[in-house]
Amino acid sequence: MAEKRIDEPTGTETVGHEWDGIEELDTPMPRWWVYTFYATIVWAIGFVIAYPAIPGLKQASEGMLGWSSRGQLAEEMSAADRARLSVREALAVMPIERLPADPGLMAQAVAGGAAAFKVNCVQCHGSGAAGSQTLGYANLNDDDWLWGGDLQSIEYTITNGVRQADHPGSRTGAMPSFAGAFSGKQLDDLASYVLSLSGKGEANASGAQIFSENCALCHGPTGEGSRALGAPRLNDAIWLRGGTREDIIAQVTNPKLGAMPAWGERLDAVTIKMLAAYVHSLGGGEDTPTPVAPAAAEPAAPDPDTPTPAE
Amino acid sequence: MNSPAPVQGRPPQPAKQLYEQSKTVHNKRVDGPFRRFKWAIMVITLGIYYITPWVRWDRGPYAPDQAVLIDLAHRRFYMFGIEIWPHEFYFVAGLLIMAGIGLFLVTSAVGRAWCGYSCPQTVWTDLFQHIDRFIDGDRNARMRLDKAPWGPNKIARRLLKWTIYLVIAFWTGGAWIMYFADAPTLVREFWAGEADPVAYITVAVLTLTTFVLGGFMREQVCIYMCPWPRIQTALMDEKSLLVTYKDWRGEKRGSLKKAEKNPDLYGDCIDCNQCVAVCPTGWDIRKGPDISCITCGLCIDACDKVMKEVGRPRGLIDYATLEDCDAEKGGAPARSPMKAIMRPRTLVYFGIWASIGLALLFALGTRSHTDLSVSPDRNPPYMLLSDGSIRNAYTLRLRNMESRPREMLIAIEDLPGAVMWSDTIAAENAAPSQTVTVPADQTLTVRAYVSAPADTLPGDFAFTLTSLDEKGESDRTETGFNAPGGE
Repeated sequence: MAEKRIDEPTGTETVGHEWDGIEELDTPMPRWWVYTFYATIVWAIGFVIAYPAIPGLKQASEGMLGWSSRGQLAEEMSAADRARLSVREALAVMPIERLPADPGLMAQAVAGGAAAFKVNCVQCHGSGAAGSQTLGYANLNDDDWLWGGDLQSIEYTITNGVRQADHPGSRTGAMPSFAGAFSGKQLDDLASYVLSLSGKGEANASGAQIFSENCALCHGPTGEGSRALGAPRLNDAIWLRGGTREDIIAQVTNPKLGAMPAWGERLDAVTIKMLAAYVHSLGGGEDTPTPVAPAAAEPAAPDPDTPTPAE
Repeated sequence: MNSPAPVQGRPPQPAKQLYEQSKTVHNKRVDGPFRRFKWAIMVITLGIYYITPWVRWDRGPYAPDQAVLIDLAHRRFYMFGIEIWPHEFYFVAGLLIMAGIGLFLVTSAVGRAWCGYSCPQTVWTDLFQHIDRFIDGDRNARMRLDKAPWGPNKIARRLLKWTIYLVIAFWTGGAWIMYFADAPTLVREFWAGEADPVAYITVAVLTLTTFVLGGFMREQVCIYMCPWPRIQTALMDEKSLLVTYKDWRGEKRGSLKKAEKNPDLYGDCIDCNQCVAVCPTGWDIRKGPDISCITCGLCIDACDKVMKEVGRPRGLIDYATLEDCDAEKGGAPARSPMKAIMRPRTLVYFGIWASIGLALLFALGTRSHTDLSVSPDRNPPYMLLSDGSIRNAYTLRLRNMESRPREMLIAIEDLPGAVMWSDTIAAENAAPSQTVTVPADQTLTVRAYVSAPADTLPGDFAFTLTSLDEKGESDRTETGFNAPGGE
């Protein structure tokens, strides 16, 4: 081991080792670095006092500043709410049928509705709002509506839900089961007739008779459906639960009925308004049928007292 | 442990210095053609820098009237008659490439002319050195003042000088931000305290950098900080134009008296040191070309003047290539430095530079002010309507790059029987084409619905956009139509 010595050009001491003539300088830490290091230690002590830092069995010590990540989140959420307040206030007083007259507010509502849709609605209706034919969730993009496609009707449906027995204003309508009522031939004739309503195949007298006796009450003599009862239109190209012969027979003998929660019990009125605006904007939205007036009747809202066909 | 080695403590004075001590350069006033050229370049470059943002340029009611404006907030770049949108950034990229190749071109043609005359660091350093001279006097007075102890005179002069530095530095930063907003408005807002914080921060940063780099660091920026001199050393060859001391003519140097006694022994250089005294970077050109020499030619001015006084021919220090210098040494007549400019390398650089410029000009002249982009909805890909027809939804972006609102026709091509409507055009008015008004200088987003008959198979079709004005500009964008069949 070589002697420690002072290196001539730098004036710095060497570490005292020598490997094949190579020596290493024992350059001291720069002062600024050392002081920065001390400063970080002081800072860390202050930090431990000011912020939650020392772990306990249930929770960490409470810092003197009272900061917590939950508190920070709550603060940020309420700041975001405050930022949206003006839009929400404007929407709260705006009757939904007048919304199209204010394109700016409408755009805000559609954007807010799109966000709310992704949280509350996509589970059944899908992220593209296309629903599911297999599961019978309604497609919200097309121009076929079970309960009405104008803004007011959509808002009503979302607020009160579909087939919620414990919710008084809920959209209600039922399809009775015809299992055992018809022979296989009769069912086949009926299915053929239903298909012919939308131009697929030939109509037949037997099917027509069964239809007018059993189905026309709700679905209409020409299969135009009834929005008051939520009876799907049968004379168009859109099928809620599939448009093959087998699908139709299955729905006649073992009907499946969709349901939707009454969102008025879970969401505030403004969010529902925004959702209605969004669904209306998806491409199939209909104009408000009557001239816009405060006292305009709820055209598609069913009378809760109307007996359903199932009864 | 009896060794007498002085291990303890640092020795008071290390034997060798690893770094050179920085020396303040007190360059002397000089006059001559190169100095006057430098004056002219300084006036022109500073003039361009300070005046440009105040030049107005009428673009009509929908666009700003500032001739040169980098409008970051609205994502537009205006330069006189040219307006660049973000998607045309390749024009800016092209200009930057031209600037880069331009530096190569200038270096291969006239050496470090950029460093010597038009580099902002050179121009501002030159400006600040004139202020030194104006406040403290010429070289000798400044050196005396530097050495003098701090007294009222020195403090007053230093305060005055640094105040002027600061004012110029502030003005430099202030002019910079004018390029990014409407200059008169910004000046008013700036002094009223209403401007954006970024304006104040930018001015503060540029004031500081100008103050430090121009007032104090000066030639050290060129010698130690700037990468360009180092790149230039790789671009130089024996055919590059340099400021050269013709040592074969100058050596052996000696004073006039010595030379008179022994005319055969001494060369033309009378060792008056004027070339070093006037150098803005403090270099001695007689040591040869160096990274410190920015080839500003002030030593040529100084030396020519001295040579004239002592009755010897000018050009002991001169612009020349190393090749010409060697030829001259061998007895060949002096060659005009202009001839060094025309050579294959320079011409190739010029060719590349000019073709990029022409290509940019061509692209600029023939660009369309109308653009259509289409993004189809993918979720859901298509939608059946109650009459059996198939509907697809698209988001169209119609770009109108003119400073006036324009009527445009959107039409469907190659999709038989298809009709379209949009978020603002009701489905009842569906038609194979629709007219929309695109606001001036904007991109209009249209959510378009296209519906085609039930038997339509999936396939490609196109949207066309045509401006319904005398220009009739159009754009066509292919997209796909999704449908149930065909799988």
